Amino acid sequence: MTLGSIKEQLYGTAPPRGLFCDFPLGRPLGKPEDPDYQHSVLEHALRLLEAKEPTIEDFQDRIEDNTSDLLMCTLPPRHDPNAHPAIDEARGLRAAYDRAVKNYGNRAGAVRHVDADTIPDAIEAFIRVSEGVPWKEAGIPGVPARASQDIRGYYEMAAMEIAGHTPAAWAGYRWFRDQTKTGEVIKQAQQAIKASGAKQPIWQFLLPLDASQ
Amino acid sequence: MTDQAIKTGSASVECPVFENPAFTLPKSLQDATVAIVTSASLHHETDDDFAPVDTGYRILHSDRQDIVVGHWSPNFDASGVSADLNVVFPIDRLKELEKRGTIGRVSEVHLAYAGNQFDLAGIRMDGGPSGADFLLRNEVDVVLLTPV
Repeated sequence: MTLGSIKEQLYGTAPPRGLFCDFPLGRPLGKPEDPDYQHSVLEHALRLLEAKEPTIEDFQDRIEDNTSDLLMCTLPPRHDPNAHPAIDEARGLRAAYDRAVKNYGNRAGAVRHVDADTIPDAIEAFIRVSEGVPWKEAGIPGVPARASQDIRGYYEMAAMEIAGHTPAAWAGYRWFRDQTKTGEVIKQAQQAIKASGAKQPIWQFLLPLDASQ
Repeated sequence: MTDQAIKTGSASVECPVFENPAFTLPKSLQDATVAIVTSASLHHETDDDFAPVDTGYRILHSDRQDIVVGHWSPNFDASGVSADLNVVFPIDRLKELEKRGTIGRVSEVHLAYAGNQFDLAGIRMDGGPSGADFLLRNEVDVVLLTPV
């Protein structure tokens, strides 16, 4: 049986048994750290096994991406006036990131192209791009989208620790994108790479789709 | 809204039309072995990461905790899975259902695919059937697909 969060795709692929769950993307079981809720989704999905013909049903609850769900997360004060604000900011979050990894593990943090030690270097590369250096010459570690995802993951993990709770879906991303110096750098770098004429996947996947619309 | 913008964009992605979806009547759930197949691009830390274009799968073992997200798309909220693996890979929930007798057994092996796909032919003709064959050989009766 298939869970699905995009109705058109679920119906289009016509699974033997489908449960449309109108949940934010990335949370197919609905609510993290809520076993009872996850069980309610599974219970409905497993019930579909009783169907004698292909069937798709809607889960009774809906979780909306509510843009008013803001993540209140205090950024560290400036420490090194000689460092770029974004780099100083990232360094200031390191302790919180390490605590988050200790508490939650590091499933989606800085773990692919860029590890936590080299996050400032990766940000510096994107700073160079935002200041006009061609992206291929800026020293971005590996694929730009992967580096950007690792940076975002680093920030969102740190934010989860500072805020003291798991944020509503997308709240951490919007905090990173709109409230942090590094988020501003990544947005500027994205625009610069796009303006340079690079192929769409190079710049579009630096951030979720809404950032470049 | 971020989520709605992405879903609206994704809704227009052309899906292959399946006129006759594969449909079988499984054995009783209380006797069934259940596995998870996810497109969250999960893999064990020691296994190969997913490539940008990857139509293969990674095997996830029930008893291993070292799982990372290797997704190439930024178009999903990752904070949920950072906090709780079960929101994309409900392995603990299945173990609880096994303990309650609701399901027969949790499979020792599960599969993860890359959620970002550009050409579906590779999944349809190769990675998908190969994964299905693997699960059948491991005596899986029921599969729960979780999309990311």
